[in-house]
Amino acid sequence: MADLHIPDALLVKNYVEGNESALGTLIKRHESKIYGFIYSKIADRDISNDIFQDTFIKVIKTLKSNSYNEEGKFLPWVMRISHNLIVDHFRKTKKMPMYRETEEFSIFSIMSDDSLTIEGKMIVDQVEIDLKKLIEELPEDQKEVLVMRMYQDMSFKEISELTNVSINTALGRMRYALMNLRKIIDKHQIILTN
Amino acid sequence: MAKIYSKKALASKNLKPKKEVISFLLNYSQALTIVKIEDKSFEIIAN
Repeated sequence: MADLHIPDALLVKNYVEGNESALGTLIKRHESKIYGFIYSKIADRDISNDIFQDTFIKVIKTLKSNSYNEEGKFLPWVMRISHNLIVDHFRKTKKMPMYRETEEFSIFSIMSDDSLTIEGKMIVDQVEIDLKKLIEELPEDQKEVLVMRMYQDMSFKEISELTNVSINTALGRMRYALMNLRKIIDKHQIILTN
Repeated sequence: MAKIYSKKALASKNLKPKKEVISFLLNYSQALTIVKIEDKSFEIIAN
């Protein structure tokens, strides 16, 4: 139990000087933190054990060859080693899935092109033109708020400051602008879609 | 049915490595001696 009060740095020093049991204390003290960290990334008990083992093999070799730099703390140093080994593990096992086209399986079933077709693009452009025409029909104060909000991406706070009205008035104008647009669209049976 | 987006936390506080791993490490440490001669280092594993 007395081991629990010995700081890591002292245990490391003792170990470097030949006290083998100090390593056991260090491992016991930090095993669940280090193993838990590795497992949280790997999610496989066996591989986590391997990486834990490789981590401490590096630790042992570094300490025994007197290359350990006492500047840092022991646990963060070990964590960094395990982190590097985790990265190495993912690098090694990273495989690009390969698909081959067969009679039953078409490569295009997993590949898709989200961009619009020429027809789709024309529709979008037409909708945009129609909408601008409709906005022109709105009363000036409503048009102003709607354009600032939708086309200039301004906040209602900015709009209210620029137009010298309260935020609530700006919000109200936006609401009426949208209602009026819907009314015009309904009245003239305009279909805005793409 | 509602879709659960949260991921299960993998990290558990009581996870520990296998006893065999720990005992291997302690034995390995006892067996290993590193000798440095000039700029080269040699690892000696005692049986």
